[in-house]
Amino acid sequence: MNETETYQALRQFADSWGLLAMTISFVVLCAWPFRPGGRKNSDEAATMIFEEDDHVRT
Amino acid sequence: MVTLVSRAGIWLVLLLLSIMASVAAHDTAFAIQAATVAVACLVGLIFAIRSPDYQRVSRGLAAPTGDASKYDDDVIRWGVIATVFWGVAGFLVGVVIAFQLAYPQINLEPWFNFGRMRPLHTSAVIFAFGGNALIATSFYVVQRTCRARLAFPGLARFVFWGYQLFIVLAATGYLLGVTQGKEYAEPEWYVDLWLTVVWVSYLVVYGGTIIKRSEPHIYVANWFYLSFIITVAMLHLVNNLTIPVSFLGSQSISWFAGVQGALVQWWYGHNAVGFFLTAGFLGMMYYFVPKQAQRPVYSYRLSIIHFWALIFLYIWAGPHHLHYTALPDWAQTLGMVFSVMLWMPSWGGMINGLMTLNGAWDKLRTDPVLRMFVMSLAFYGMSTFEGPMMSVKSVNSLSHYTNWTIGHVHSGALGWNGMVTFGAIYYLTPRLWNRTQLYSLRMVNWHFWTATIGIVFYAASMWVAGITQGLMWREYGADGYLLNSFADVLPAIHPMYVLRGLGGVLYLSGAFFMVVNVWKTIAGSPLRAEAPLYNIEQNKANDVPLVAQPAE
Repeated sequence: MNETETYQALRQFADSWGLLAMTISFVVLCAWPFRPGGRKNSDEAATMIFEEDDHVRT
Repeated sequence: MVTLVSRAGIWLVLLLLSIMASVAAHDTAFAIQAATVAVACLVGLIFAIRSPDYQRVSRGLAAPTGDASKYDDDVIRWGVIATVFWGVAGFLVGVVIAFQLAYPQINLEPWFNFGRMRPLHTSAVIFAFGGNALIATSFYVVQRTCRARLAFPGLARFVFWGYQLFIVLAATGYLLGVTQGKEYAEPEWYVDLWLTVVWVSYLVVYGGTIIKRSEPHIYVANWFYLSFIITVAMLHLVNNLTIPVSFLGSQSISWFAGVQGALVQWWYGHNAVGFFLTAGFLGMMYYFVPKQAQRPVYSYRLSIIHFWALIFLYIWAGPHHLHYTALPDWAQTLGMVFSVMLWMPSWGGMINGLMTLNGAWDKLRTDPVLRMFVMSLAFYGMSTFEGPMMSVKSVNSLSHYTNWTIGHVHSGALGWNGMVTFGAIYYLTPRLWNRTQLYSLRMVNWHFWTATIGIVFYAASMWVAGITQGLMWREYGADGYLLNSFADVLPAIHPMYVLRGLGGVLYLSGAFFMVVNVWKTIAGSPLRAEAPLYNIEQNKANDVPLVAQPAE
């Protein structure tokens, strides 16, 4: 492959499958904490830094 | 005994090698840098010989390992002191170069002119002050949120001292004229290689601690810290791909040329802002703000969404530094669009931090440390609104190359990074040195106000100066010629330069309050006689790692 062909191939991949893979992984990662039971996990994670101070309202 | 001798032997070999490098160097600057390394090796050798307990060694006992029932906080204590020290040094150089611009007579050729002092200032505040704060707080946070001691304690100590050597080599190199001319990546090839070794060790210590954690969930602050460590490693490696001119010389040629080089540099430069100054400090924010407010973060799910949005968007925003250059137009527009989209995750972080105080805003009246954190979040919000706006091409045609950019950077750096670091230092100092509270909470308040007023002077004067410059540079006369030369603009903005210097002096004087306060707290002097302010009681007994207990 010469330089132009390499560029075209990479460019095409970035515009199609690359973009699709990035978008899907982004959406899945953002949706992950909203899966059933996600709220409980999030609340636990958010309050675990206070295990050492017993007087904190959570 | 064997380890003792081999350790001293390694130091001795390194010492001899660096002396040889210094003697055989191709240029004076490299010789001085190698001599600096030799001094560091000598100090290492002296400590390797003097510090072991020879009573124990003679009886064939191993060196004592740390108390496994306590967190490994030595490196963090050193890091707090280093942060304060480099902070004051960096702010001081900043004030000097501010007045060098207002009064050019202060440029002392060749070592102390603006061109060499400016990278000294930026590296001192970003990498020395900010970097030490990030390393220290990340080691603190990762241990507490994982309920585990640091993995590889020896390597953690190497990370601290190796990083200080990197700072000293970079800083002295700038004054000697050693630079590869890339903004925020000025250190030359040999310093870059050294930083790579240190940074990979940092990743190993940090990642190792996460792997051996006792908590099932990895708290979100660690996500931000880890993304900062990994991304900075990647940016550093790519942008510093250079070919040294000689083996023992201080010059190298970049792998990239022309506009490709410019794009790689600003891919690096903007992501240094995005991952060093944003993701890393957000990690700090997500631990210390909830802890100081004594409330869990407003929305843990928001923190995860804006984490991923930040990761996916920031990496594309760099080309906005190259508007109206030889960079292809589509790439400029791409950079602009992603910069504007970045506004959302940035404000996600700001809102999440500020809303953590929802229902506890009254604490701001009595808790000056919390006040620091809130002001830092406010500046984070302002500068992450200003940044996307300035990345829009039409705005950029007015703002680029003017002092507006400098004002924008400083509202982010002094406001967001500075204030959140000060808050973290005030949080950490009494805890790390086992004091009930800081020497003086009122002094934190003085620091807060001098720093805030200093930033206001700085940002406001740079807005006026920047817009003045932008308008004067583009002003045409009736015959179609530009009206003002570059030199015509300088008298117009001179008063703003002086006001900016005053802002810097105020910010620096605030840091001196911090020095006194931290010093007196560490020294354990009696608390300052003053009307009391709010102080969080800490439950010391629970500030310990989880250690597996034998079954009964």
